[in-house]
This record gives sequence, C-alpha cells and structure tokens, in this order.
Amino acid sequence: MANKIKHPLTGKRLKNLILGVVSNPFNMVVFISLILLISLIIVPLFTMLRETVTLAASELRRVDGEIGDFTLYYWKYVFASKLSSAVLWTPLRNSLLIGIFVTAISVPLGSILAWLVVRSDIPGKRLLSMLVIIPYMIPSWCKALSWLAMFRNSRSGHLGFFAGLGINIPDWLAYGPFAIISVMVLHYYAFAYIMVSGSLRSVNSELEEMGEIQGASKLQILKSITMPLVLPSILSAAIMTVSKSVGSYGVAANLGTRIGYFTLATKMKEFINVGPHAVGYVMSILLIVMATGTIFANRLFLGHRRSFETMGGKGTRHTPIPLGMSKYPLLIFIVVFLLVAMVMPLFVLLMETFQKSTGMGYSLDNLTLYNWIGRLEDATWQVDYPGIFRNPEFGRAVWNTLRLTVVASIITAFCGQLLGYISSRGRGKWYGSLTEQLVFIPYLMPGVAFSAIYFAMFAKPSLFGLIPSLYGTFTLIVLVSVVKHFPFASRAGTANMLQIGTELEEAADIAGASFWRRMIRIVIPLAKQGFISGFMLIFISIAKELDLIIIMMTPQTRTMSYLAFQYSRDAMPQMADAISVCVLVFILISYRIANHFGADIGKSWG
Amino acid sequence: MSRIELKNIDKFFGDNHVLRNLNLVIEDGDFMTLLGPSGCGKTTLLRVVAGLEKPQNGTMTIDGVEIINAADALFVEPSKRDLNLVFQSYALWPHMTAYNNVAFGLKIKKIPAAKIEEMVMKSLRLMRIDELKDRYPNELSGGQQQRVAIARAIASEPKLILLDEPLSNLDAKLRIDMRAELKRLHREIGATIIYVTHDQIEALTMSTKIALFEEGCLAQVAPPMELYMNPIDLVAADFIGNPRINFLKGTASYSNEKLHVKINIGEYDFDKEDMTEEPIPEGEFPCVVGLRPEQVYIHTEAVESSIPATIYAGQPAGSETLVTLTVGGQEFLAKEIGLKDYEMGQTVYLEIDPNKLNVYDEKSTRLIKLAV
Ligand SMILES: Nc1ncnc2c1ncn2[C@@H]1O[C@H](COP(=O)(O)OP(=O)(O)O)[C@@H](O)[C@H]1O
Ligand SMILES: [Mg+2]
Repeated sequence: MANKIKHPLTGKRLKNLILGVVSNPFNMVVFISLILLISLIIVPLFTMLRETVTLAASELRRVDGEIGDFTLYYWKYVFASKLSSAVLWTPLRNSLLIGIFVTAISVPLGSILAWLVVRSDIPGKRLLSMLVIIPYMIPSWCKALSWLAMFRNSRSGHLGFFAGLGINIPDWLAYGPFAIISVMVLHYYAFAYIMVSGSLRSVNSELEEMGEIQGASKLQILKSITMPLVLPSILSAAIMTVSKSVGSYGVAANLGTRIGYFTLATKMKEFINVGPHAVGYVMSILLIVMATGTIFANRLFLGHRRSFETMGGKGTRHTPIPLGMSKYPLLIFIVVFLLVAMVMPLFVLLMETFQKSTGMGYSLDNLTLYNWIGRLEDATWQVDYPGIFRNPEFGRAVWNTLRLTVVASIITAFCGQLLGYISSRGRGKWYGSLTEQLVFIPYLMPGVAFSAIYFAMFAKPSLFGLIPSLYGTFTLIVLVSVVKHFPFASRAGTANMLQIGTELEEAADIAGASFWRRMIRIVIPLAKQGFISGFMLIFISIAKELDLIIIMMTPQTRTMSYLAFQYSRDAMPQMADAISVCVLVFILISYRIANHFGADIGKSWG
Repeated sequence: MSRIELKNIDKFFGDNHVLRNLNLVIEDGDFMTLLGPSGCGKTTLLRVVAGLEKPQNGTMTIDGVEIINAADALFVEPSKRDLNLVFQSYALWPHMTAYNNVAFGLKIKKIPAAKIEEMVMKSLRLMRIDELKDRYPNELSGGQQQRVAIARAIASEPKLILLDEPLSNLDAKLRIDMRAELKRLHREIGATIIYVTHDQIEALTMSTKIALFEEGCLAQVAPPMELYMNPIDLVAADFIGNPRINFLKGTASYSNEKLHVKINIGEYDFDKEDMTEEPIPEGEFPCVVGLRPEQVYIHTEAVESSIPATIYAGQPAGSETLVTLTVGGQEFLAKEIGLKDYEMGQTVYLEIDPNKLNVYDEKSTRLIKLAV
C-alpha cells in the first residue's frame, strides 16, 4: 500500500486546488523568497561562469573573434599557458600551504585549550574561557596590523617594535607565509576552541567516570572515551579551518603582496583589479570549488558520526579532571600564550597610534596625540597627513561603515527570520529543503570569491538592462553583505522559529487568525528576542568585514576596515592602527551589547 | 448539536500509512474517546478533523455539511469548522496573559468588547481560574495552564471540542480531579467532544463511547463497559484492562448449537445466543479464553465446583491484592479487593463464573463468545 492515491482531475478539484494555493499567503511568501534566492545566488554564479567562457573587449587584441564569442582563452590562460605557474600553481601552492599549516597548528592548540578550560581543574577557568575567545572577536586584518606593528622592518619605511629595539628582523619573519600563518593561527585557534569546547561541554562526565570505574587510566579514558566523542567536532573544526584559511584575503594581502607573495585569493583580486576580469573569475571558481570540496568532504566523513554531539544531552555534569603537578605550568603556558599572542600585539598597536615615529620607543618626546587629533599646520615634524579625527576620509569611512552595518544587518536579520520561518515550517517539504540548500550556498564561498561573483553580475547592466550597473554603488555593497550573511542569518532564524511551536500558530489558525495576523500577533512577538541576538551577531560580523567588500570599494564607499588596509599599504601605520583601534572598540562594545541580549559569540561564524 | 461522519479516511506521511480507510460516526453530544497506544494515529485523526492535516482520501461531514472531500480537494479552513482544539502541549501563547489567550479568538470574530469580557470570564469561571486571568502561562502550574487551554477552547462555545491527551502532562492526583471536571464540563456545555488518550482508565471513566485504535485502523467502537466486557479481538482484549486479562489456551468445537470449550481449568458449554456473528471453524479448533483477574474468586476451602490451584506469589497493595496462581502448569492472575495474605505454595480453591468468560478463535483472533 503505497501513497499512490490518485484522484481524477475534475473541474471542481482543480478549482479547489488552485484556491488552496492562492488563498494562502504563506505560499506566496515562499514563492517570492525562492525567486529572490535563485536570482541572488544561482543567477550570479552562472553569470560568472558564463563570463569565464565569453570573450571580452580587452582580449580582442590577443584572440580572434568578436565580443561575446565563446572562448576557452581564460581557462587556458589559467591552466595551460606560460603564465600558469605565476597565475595559478604558485599561488595555489601558497594557499594550500597556508591552509594546511594554519589548520595543523590552530586546531590542536584550540582543542587542547578547550579541554583544559572545560574539563580540567585549571585555576581561573571562568576568566580563561572568556579571554581565549577574545582573539575571535578581533577582525583578522586587525591582527595583521598588529603583526606589522611588532615586526615591520626597514623595508616598509616605518620600523616595528622589535626593529626599533635594534633587533634585525628578516623579511621572512615580518612578511610572507610565516607571518600570514602565525596571524591566522591566532584567529582560527579560537574558532577551533569554540567548536571543540561546545562539544566537550555536551559530553557527560559520567561517561568518563564509568570508564574510571571499569579501571581505565586517565590516558585511556581520554583516548578511548573522550576523544572519540569529540573527534567529529575536532575534524569539522579542522575542515572548516582549511576551507576558511585557504580562501581568506585580508591577512594574506596585507602581509604577502608587499614582498610579492601571492595566494589564490590575492592573485584573483589582482586580476579583478587590472584584468582580464574573466581570469579572476576562473580563479574565484577555483576558490569556490576548493572551499566547497572541503566542506563536502566534511559531510562525507562525518555525516553519520555527527549524531554523537547530541548524545551528552541530559544532565551534563562536569567533574573537573585533576591535573595534579602540571596544573600551574599549564596555567603559566596559557597566560604567556595570551600575553604574547593577544595583549602584547594589541598594546604595541595601540601605542603606535601615539608615536611620532614608530619603533622609536615610548619616551615622552616620541609620544603625541597628533595621530588622533592633530592639524596638519600644527605638525612640528615631517608628516603629510592630519590626525585621524581631522581627516575627512576617516569621517566618510565611519559614516559608510555605520550605514553599511546598520542597513545590511537589519535587512539580513529580517530576511534571516523569514527564511528561517520558511525552512522551519517547511521541514521535510520540498520548499523547506530547497530554501535551506539555496541559503547554504554563500557559506561555501570565500568572501572575496563571493564578491567576485557579484562583481561579474553587476559590473555591467544585467537582466537585459532591467538592473543598471551597480558597480561602485552602496547598494551593491549592501547586497553582497546581505546575501553572504544569509546562511548564518537563516540558521539563526530557523533556530529561533523552531522554538516557536507550530501548535501556537495552529491554535491561532483554529481561532480564525489569518496568516498575517498570526505573523503579527504570534510569531513576531515571540521571535523578538532571537531576532535581536541574531541581528547583533550579524551586525558585528558585517562591521568586521574586509574580504567581502574589498572588490567593491571605491573612494566614495570606503569603510573603516578598508581604509585601515589602505593606509597600511600606503605606509601610514599610525593612521591604520588608529582606525583599527576604533573598529576594535566599536566591536567590543557591540559584543557587550550583544551579550546583554543573549547573543552567544560561540554561535557566530565570524 | 454536531454529528460528525468520517468516511474512508486515508492519511499518509510520505510512505507511512497512518490512517487506513477509517470510518467513524460521532453522534451529537457524544463524548467520544479515541483510545490506542502511542503512535497509532489518534492525534493525526484529531488534526484531520480540526483541519490541520489534509487526508489524501475520504470525506467528512459535520451535521451533513461536507467539510472534507479529498477527491475534490475540498478542505474547509479550520476556523470555519466551528470547533476548537486543546493541544497536548496546551499551546498557550506565552506572550499573552490567561485572559488574552482566551480572548484572542473572540477578538478575531469581531465580537463587541463588552461581550468578549463576559464570554472570557464565563469560561474562566467555568474552569475555576478567573482569579488567574492576568497571569502569563509561565506563571501558571501545569494544571492551571491546562485549564486555561480548555477555557480558550470553550470560550467561543464551539459545537465540537477536540482534546488531545490533555491530562498526560499532569501528576496522578490532578489527573483524577480533572477527569471529574471534564465529565462535568461535557454535561454543562453539551458540546460534542472528541477526546484522545492512550490511558484506558481515562477512556473508560469519561466517555460515552470509545473508538479503539490499532495501527491506524479502528478495532472497535463501543460504549466503555461493552468494550471492557467484550473486547472484539485478542489485541483489544490484551490492551483493555489493568491488570491484564488472562489468556488461557485450549480447544473448542461447535455442534448442536453449543460451543464446547476445553481449557486447563475445566470444560465449558456455551449457548448459541451468547455467541457473536463470527464464523466458527469446522470441528475442533484452537481457542483462547479470556478471563478477567477480578472474575476469579479465591476460597481457602473447597466449595461446589471449585478448582484447586496453587499460590505462586501474592502482591498485596493495600486496596487490592494481586495473586499469581497455577493450575496444571497454567499460570494466571487473580485480583481481590482488600488485603489478603497467602503463603507461597498454598493450595486454594477457585470459583469462576463461566458466563463471564470471553472465547476467541485463536486463528482469526476474533471474539466468538460474549461475556454476559
Ligand atoms: N507531521 C508528521 N510527519 C510525518 N509523520 C508523522 C507526522 N505526524 C505524525 N506522524 C507519524 O504518524 C504516526 C501517528 O502519529 P500520531 O497521530 O501522533 O500518533 P498518536 O497520537 O496516536 O500517538 C506516527 O508513526 C508518527 O510518526
Ligand atoms: Mg498523540
């Protein structure tokens, strides 16, 4: 007896069927959302793909044919030309190297820290658990600036902290792979920490105590009980780290390009800047394929094992595991690590904003507030820019950042709730899973590759002229930020909507409330709390963003993050540092507020 | 004021055939209980009646008006069916006070404010929670929440009230109080009630009729006592009654309008008039005799036509005593009122009224002889 009841299609049935679909506003909402998702995600992706095989005007000199002809020129350019090594293989090798090293260091580091903080009896756990995730709140491009503040050498004109002390800092330490990997490790270890500590918290210590009763030693317990239970989350942290670090732009660009060290992402940006664009698009497809590949590998590996995570569930009691003699050495290790990795770089960064000449020490005659509030005409030493608060560029960047974060995060959070509503109410139905899958796609793409897609789509008028060229407009930057944050926003929205039982709506339905009335009277009031915390996390994430918007920047639309990046490359370190201090303060305040509304940084995907 | 007729209802969730060609008539004013183990489709049927699920097949009418006709894709909206539903989870809106929970539906119906106030207070008073009207659901106990949910369902005076396991989240004592309350409510408002439960005591004590579910099919629809006395097949007999009915295996044969049954504890003859319409196999056939534990009387001395038995174990529980007995290798349970104390291995004498026995055909599992 299968579900194959077929009723003949009579006029009456047809009428009722159509009425049933049309009279339900929810169907319309789903329909419109799906159309929007397809045109914001699938269409741009295919547009970019098409661009990679379409001859553009700039290549007419080199290729026979007419504009718009089909061509494999760009793919050949990347894969099989004299330039392949410089365009593809070297950057690819560099990207992979960075991805592998970052993962190999940050994941074990984060996992060990997680174990120590969650399960052991290390002193000061509460404080530690807060401190170790602070690096995750700091945008990675800020960390890159801190690195430069410490290790710059004479090559960039302004000495860093160590060079100022007379220590000879070689190029390989200041710039290039070592620097990039170190900075990324300091970012992603916190990511691994968050994932692994979450899963460790869900492991009931009774499971381990059971092992102890059976006579297993501590090491055996760790090896055969705890590890297998948290292994899935360690592996997924590893895979996510590979995927994120391989495609990341900001750090690699700031620490690599000045010595000609390119990764796939930075090389791609180069092509988007100077052309041929389509070569950049080919590389961005490669980036997407790599990121997607690792994430699907994750699903393939872990598909069935993920279920472990829920097993702890009820009554997760935690009896701390005594570290005995090694307690204090480990504590000292963590404290030193935090000092070296977080406190000192931030201190040096902050101090640079008060220095006349970087690297020249903190004596009073080298300290000034000029970098913040100085007027060009008052400067008593060789300097060609005013203090940051007197700089109209900075004012514009602040305004752009605020306007972008506020507008984009409000739109994103709303869309996220709506998409979450559709996915949660459509669980197990075709439109629910389609929505979930569509919304997930931007997650698979590195930020810089994602914006390349939008660049390809909107750099010229599209949809037969219906949509004008949006390049350089604020709208496009908002659009990119909104869509890229759909995955997180709609996950948050889904979780939020799932906690509003469908029965609450059904009860209103029976009482005669229409769809819109149910939304306004039942769903929205109950979704408020989750909406605010989701909104705050999106807000912060957009405020930190650099990779995603860098391709779209024009002098009119620069944000603070971009301006800091720009100043750093233009050898104005004090200015760059001052901006990052502002951004940091802004972000930390936002986290404070977010925390107040119950947002959990562990849930952000920054 | 409401007669519901369900015909040939089929409901699938994917390939899961949850309701199977279900036919059920609920008469006006009935307190109809849908009884069955968890997962057998009771909630699904209730949701079909409420309009929250669309069956793939079948029709439903309320007072002769077509509400569902799957062939024509006709599904009248829930709010147009003049019914209300109490969810198992209560589904109280957490951001509204008890008063507003009850008033919500009335406001939508555009009833004048003064009248709403009157109706809300009336139903709150009926559920005896009028003094809690300004509390939010999370400030109410489980029992109070449940009353609010019922008050919300009855406020608009619907013709039909659906209740999905409303007592399952309450503690044992509250459950007994609420049973009485619901029975009284049914009498007072006179609406037709469809009540879902997996608890047979609730079903037996409150309903005017019970529909017994087995795996999405209706096994039997009957008034409570009839269901208890004569469960229609072995599965139903096994489900109804606590402690469980005893099944004694034996053989039976039918001749000369008499059913002759032979089991371990004796041989019995039954008249044709006590038998059901079920077809009887030819010749001697295996049968199962159902014997309710409370129908076994235990004597310490032999009485006329008593059966000697051995005490296996006794379980005194204050108001009643459960006794496990053996007769010729056959083990079964007896239930006595009050405290009784037996020694293990003690010989006792059983008195059993043959009229109270049910006889089932083992092969078809159907009831062939009624208890009278
Ligand atoms: N929305 C649903 N989607 C899929 N299967 C469902 C759904 N609701 C119920 N079922 C399935 O239908 C069967 C009957 O469920 P239900 O009516 O809730 O049983 P009961 O109320 O008798 O415990 C179960 O097997 C359940 O898994
Ligand atoms: Mg149920």
